[in-house]
Amino acid sequence: MTQNKKTKSTFTLDGKIIPFIEGQTIIQAAMAAGEYIPHLCFNPEFKPHGSCKICTVNANGRQTASCTQQAQTDIVVESNTKQINDERRALLQMLFVEGNHFCPSCEKSGDCQLQATAYEMNMMSPHFDHFFPDRPLDSSHAEYLLDFNRCILCSLCARASSDVDGKNVFSLAGRGVKTHLIVNAKSGKLADTNFSGDDKAAHVCPVGVIIKKRVGFAIPIGQRNFDEHPISASPHPNVKDA
Amino acid sequence: MLSQNNSHSKYLDPILIRHQHNPHNLLQILREAQEHYGYIHSEAIDYLELQLQLPRSMVEGVASFYSLLYLQPHGEYRILFSDNITDRMLGNMDLIENMCEQLWVEAGKVSEDGLVSINTTSCTGMCDQGPAVLINNIAINRMTKDRVSALCELVRERVPLSEWPLEFFAIEDNIHKKDILLNSNFKSGSALAEVLLHSAEETLQEVKTSKLRGRGGAGFSTGSKWEFCRAASGEQHYVVCNADEGEPGTFKDRVLLSSYADMVFEGMTICAHVIGAKKGFLYLRGEYRYLLDHLNAILQQRRQQSLLGNGILGHATFNFDIEIHLGAGAYICGEESALIESLEGKRGTPRNRPPFPVTSGYLNQPTVVNNVETFCAVSLIGLHGGAWYENIGTETSSGTKILSVSGDCMRPGLYEYPFGVTVAQVLADCGAQNTQAVQISGPSGICVASNEFDRRITFDDLPTAGAFMVFDESRDMFEVARNFVHFFKHESCGFCTPCRVGTSLLSNMMDKLAHGHGSPYDFAEIEKLNELLLSTSHCGLGHSACNPVLDTIAKFRPAYDKRLIHKEYIPAFDLDYALSQARQMTGRDDTGAHLERNHDAK
Repeated sequence: MTQNKKTKSTFTLDGKIIPFIEGQTIIQAAMAAGEYIPHLCFNPEFKPHGSCKICTVNANGRQTASCTQQAQTDIVVESNTKQINDERRALLQMLFVEGNHFCPSCEKSGDCQLQATAYEMNMMSPHFDHFFPDRPLDSSHAEYLLDFNRCILCSLCARASSDVDGKNVFSLAGRGVKTHLIVNAKSGKLADTNFSGDDKAAHVCPVGVIIKKRVGFAIPIGQRNFDEHPISASPHPNVKDA
Repeated sequence: MLSQNNSHSKYLDPILIRHQHNPHNLLQILREAQEHYGYIHSEAIDYLELQLQLPRSMVEGVASFYSLLYLQPHGEYRILFSDNITDRMLGNMDLIENMCEQLWVEAGKVSEDGLVSINTTSCTGMCDQGPAVLINNIAINRMTKDRVSALCELVRERVPLSEWPLEFFAIEDNIHKKDILLNSNFKSGSALAEVLLHSAEETLQEVKTSKLRGRGGAGFSTGSKWEFCRAASGEQHYVVCNADEGEPGTFKDRVLLSSYADMVFEGMTICAHVIGAKKGFLYLRGEYRYLLDHLNAILQQRRQQSLLGNGILGHATFNFDIEIHLGAGAYICGEESALIESLEGKRGTPRNRPPFPVTSGYLNQPTVVNNVETFCAVSLIGLHGGAWYENIGTETSSGTKILSVSGDCMRPGLYEYPFGVTVAQVLADCGAQNTQAVQISGPSGICVASNEFDRRITFDDLPTAGAFMVFDESRDMFEVARNFVHFFKHESCGFCTPCRVGTSLLSNMMDKLAHGHGSPYDFAEIEKLNELLLSTSHCGLGHSACNPVLDTIAKFRPAYDKRLIHKEYIPAFDLDYALSQARQMTGRDDTGAHLERNHDAK
């Protein structure tokens, strides 16, 4: 990053003054200043994607995804307002009904960003009718299980695999509501890819799709990251400087 | 891994060579592979993976994005009925049922002998001569019961498509009103010869003087777009013609490319002269595959006339050529950044903007993307000058607009008017009677009711990409909106949450009302969803997905009110309907097999 550049420029986020370096997006500057904007497909270690839209803010009167919108001098950004949080809750509800999310029995419960963000946004019910999609598991791999039921199509695993691991294990396929995650194998099975537990892609899923086998519930539910503190206090506990 | 002697290499090799093994041509390669084999075989992907050095998941990701590409066998004859509301009004649903019965196949499935599949597809751009079908991606129009029977016979006899009666493939231009563009009698090279007497700056100035605005609907100043692109630095500049005419009810580009293609290509060449491009693309929607050979022949002719290629018309430094890329069934690729992604051989997902294509378009180089009709107008401006053009139309909307008129009228087809024409005038000219509503610019546009027919086609009042669908008093405007909402659900790219999930929720809610389960609660839900999609969607598709519902609620409230049967909320779930599969399996449909409450659910 351009650390030698002076950070003279600022904008306001819910009335607070946020400094930024040229090239930073709104959410990047906000996070650097210790401010939380709810998000799912954004991860500070990766290039912003802008698909989940949970990080939508109002910038100078225009609604925009704060993960992809460049910060600009003196813009007025509103994030923690009733209207925007209502919209975020509706988007979270959409993600819940689109997939099959069984929090009480999910290995990621308490470490899941979708669940924690839903708590943060006071989501009390899924509100919409469930789609109940048919999404078979892939348990072919010796060490890892893929539970597509929980996929929110954030593409972080795909980005990690291509940008960091240089492997392209994961991709999005299909279109519209039929969009789904696939793996890079003729059989369609993870065991037939060059996926490894050492891959970055194995550790970026914000929900519970990529699950390590045989270590389930090592930390009891109730003592996990987002059980200890709300996601707004530390959205990425495993990412340094985040 | 895989050996070179893959059984699919025989037909794939010539395709790969033609595309110089360029991974950016992946979509073209896949399309041609399917044309040869009927679908994209998994071993064909093995070979492409090897030859193009692309991950298989990416190839599959791209192929599965486009609705006209298949990764599984889909029958020797793949029949798709256009399912725009205008096709419905002309009775396509009965024809589908009839054809399914005759061929013993269920809609949406492949026949057990692998011979044929029958399904619906989004508007194929033949609304003036529907009901329309695509057979192996080739258009056949004016379907009737007799024609269905004739087709079924040919399919059963396994007659190759190339031996089918030519009259089946006849497509009319249906031009009913001509103005400066359609009447121009354009001579290829005439505008270019005029333009090349002047510098690029002077030509740009002429385009700016003309006040020409983009004909795709958004109405951005063409001169400004070219100026930004010309000023942007890059290794290459590109000209792209957006011929992905997917907006239901629009078919003007089809006619322009059939009968006025020289004007389109000449406009692109003038643009290349201004912005300094060496390469151009025409991105043609897959549904217009039948135009490909014709267009390539015209390109070849233009090369022979020194209107394309190196040293155009003797100007040693002016080198420019055009390549045609086909889409494969994705409305979203009409959005310019999604179109560019598709040109690069990727999934047609709209990009994050800025940067805009004028600075970072095809291969991240400065790119102008303009509509087919815009380039035609450029040719006229090249020939007659900007001032001449600016004089036509209105103050803020110069020139003419071609409308694609369809629906309830005597003479559907193309009508060209100077900007400023009233809706009433168009209705009178096309022979529409007892008109209840007109959908301007397709599902993403505006629905105008009879008390608004004095409104005008201009960028300030009724901006349009061209669609003009007429509905008379016998039509149910709720069903019109429901058809459009289903269209958006089918065409959502799936990238962003609100559009991907919201378009499904919206169409489920409209279905719920249609099935007699509506209450005022659902009404409020639809309105809430509208607002959410408008404020959080990634691109125009999500923003406009609710327009048809919002407009018809505001203007045709009784069509909704009669569906709000219940005062209190009731669930969409219908137990009797849920049992329909069991009834089908047991072959029972007597009263005893139904629950007491009987809905007209379907």
